[in-house]
Amino acid sequence: MDSATRRTPTLGDAVTTTPEPLLSVRNLKTHFAQDEGLVRAVDGVSFDLHPGTTLGVVGESGCGKSITARSILRIVDRPGRIVEGEIWFKRDGGAGPAIDLTTLPANGAEMRAIRGAEIALIFQEPMSSFSPVHSIGNQIVEAIRLHQPVDAPQARAQAIEMLRRVGVSTPEQRVDQLAHQLSGGLRQRAMIAMALSCQPTLLIADEPTTALDVTTQTQILELMRQLQREDGMAIMLITHDLGVVAEMATDVAVMYLGRVVEQAPVDAIFHAPRHPYTRALLRSIPRIRARARERLTPIAGSVPHPYDRPAGCPFHPRCAEFMAGRCDRQAPTLRPVASGHAVSCFLYE
Amino acid sequence: MSASPAPLLRVAGLQKLFPIRKGFLKRTVGHVRAVDGVNFHIDEGETLGLVGESGCGKTTTARCILRAVEPTAGEIFMRVAAGSVVEMGRLRRGELRALRREMQMIFQDPFTSLNPRMTLLDLVGEPLLVHGMRSRRQREERVADLLRRVGLRPEYMRRFPHAFSGGERQRIGIARALALHPRLVVADEPVSALDVSVQAQILNLLLDLQADLKLTYLFVAHDLSVVRHISNRVAVMYVGRIVELADTTALFSAPKHPYTAALLSAVPEPDPRLRGRRIILQGEVANPAAPPPGCYFHPRCPHAIDRCRTETPAWQEITPGRFVACHRAQELQLAGVE
Repeated sequence: MDSATRRTPTLGDAVTTTPEPLLSVRNLKTHFAQDEGLVRAVDGVSFDLHPGTTLGVVGESGCGKSITARSILRIVDRPGRIVEGEIWFKRDGGAGPAIDLTTLPANGAEMRAIRGAEIALIFQEPMSSFSPVHSIGNQIVEAIRLHQPVDAPQARAQAIEMLRRVGVSTPEQRVDQLAHQLSGGLRQRAMIAMALSCQPTLLIADEPTTALDVTTQTQILELMRQLQREDGMAIMLITHDLGVVAEMATDVAVMYLGRVVEQAPVDAIFHAPRHPYTRALLRSIPRIRARARERLTPIAGSVPHPYDRPAGCPFHPRCAEFMAGRCDRQAPTLRPVASGHAVSCFLYE
Repeated sequence: MSASPAPLLRVAGLQKLFPIRKGFLKRTVGHVRAVDGVNFHIDEGETLGLVGESGCGKTTTARCILRAVEPTAGEIFMRVAAGSVVEMGRLRRGELRALRREMQMIFQDPFTSLNPRMTLLDLVGEPLLVHGMRSRRQREERVADLLRRVGLRPEYMRRFPHAFSGGERQRIGIARALALHPRLVVADEPVSALDVSVQAQILNLLLDLQADLKLTYLFVAHDLSVVRHISNRVAVMYVGRIVELADTTALFSAPKHPYTAALLSAVPEPDPRLRGRRIILQGEVANPAAPPPGCYFHPRCPHAIDRCRTETPAWQEITPGRFVACHRAQELQLAGVE
């Protein structure tokens, strides 16, 4: 397959210096045709993800961060459809050729072999991702046996070992418990165990700690970091929490209304942000090192409803640096401004 | 603690136990100690932040104060508009109803707390009607005034909540809470369901309203950064008890309880250069139905000594206005933020 070489040398070469990304998303567009109108949930997203690194994808509700993840896994619910773009993923532990996932049938054998095995997903709410009537062990065993040629006792031993690795105490007993018998933190650990049971090369974590208490969140984030160090998997971490991103990410993509508005190494995002949205977002968040009762600098307005998406740059109605006649007419494109740093804003064109 | 007028609200020994019933006869086999002996006061015009993790009893405490749930024990004193101090447990129904005008609540989720079949006029005007404002014209005027105050256009008053974004809906909820000129506003996680960029708007609005209307807030939240931006003083709860209460700056910069210190250190900060300096607590929050003996925090506490395993720490004022429930409060040097 010569697909790996067919990739057009566009953004990826500007954004990252390391060649051979594990995952390379190019101009992805996922739209939902609904009676009320067309929702452009993902509208031209591009990024690269390298083995052993973590890409933080941040944005507010409706920015398309979760739909991007679902598009990669090809589990977008109808009427959503990938209408354009490419998702290049290197198979076989990153050693194989890159294939474009958008060309595969969503429920075909190849996609099913990738989903859950090579690309795993953990969600925000572990309660709703486990079956309430099967033990967590049986569910992990099912995932293992779906993708690996092992018998039931072997798979069970693997499941127990995996639970032990994610820090579940007495995994021999926990393995037979139902999801509701576990606390929130333990459920999230069990979900991570299930996701990692087939040694994926890419872990997509969609708000993995949002439903957890802050002291439990610290434990889970530390666990994810440790597992990444051991297994070298790439993590796509989707979150609205800039604190979690600062803690975890190697690179960050900031999304707004279906587009990546800025992408950079984590330090540049927090210490040299370029896009007006990134800068405004960083100014607006409450900080634990603030003065008591310090007033915040909010972003005016709110995220527009997906049906009335503004023309031109989607952020222009809320932007402090809005240029009339430009930002409301044309849409800017993501362009490199520094090594590994790309911004989609007319201020930098 | 302020000397001159009595605090607007004073809570003493507040306790709320929820029975655990089992079996055919629904016999009570134990209790969930949701709130287990809580003491604090709030002065007029200030904000007390009440923080803690899920299940620590912060919401139950708030609901006891509003009498949305009946406390098992303890007293709640409120200084009413007339100036006298009343104990809410001793009030008759009619008196309690009159007092309810003075205390209102703002809820977490603006998507479920507003009736979707009522217009803004009905939603914000309902408390006015319930409390006797019969004239529709008067109500419309008051609603228009309230909407302006919270930053919404009065022209929108005939619209339904679904036409508004999360932040705007929270503004509607705030307008509704302010309709009866309350003096105490209990806000239960009022910004945690909102987008980050909108949280700041609502927090600033709450600060402005407090200054303009001389409101007193009990601000219940799990997010310490949010709490820091709104509170004069902060109380930290753990398994039904307040473990530390202090002036905001003092509590954040020099915590005296190991749980406060762990909580502060666990907050991920939006700065990658501050990575990896976290206290990672072992284990999980104690079960409030079967709390451990001694200090409830001792199984997770990195500073626990033998005494902590057997003896419940007393609620003591270690310096004026600064309360801690920890045997080692005086000797430990704990790191805060900044």
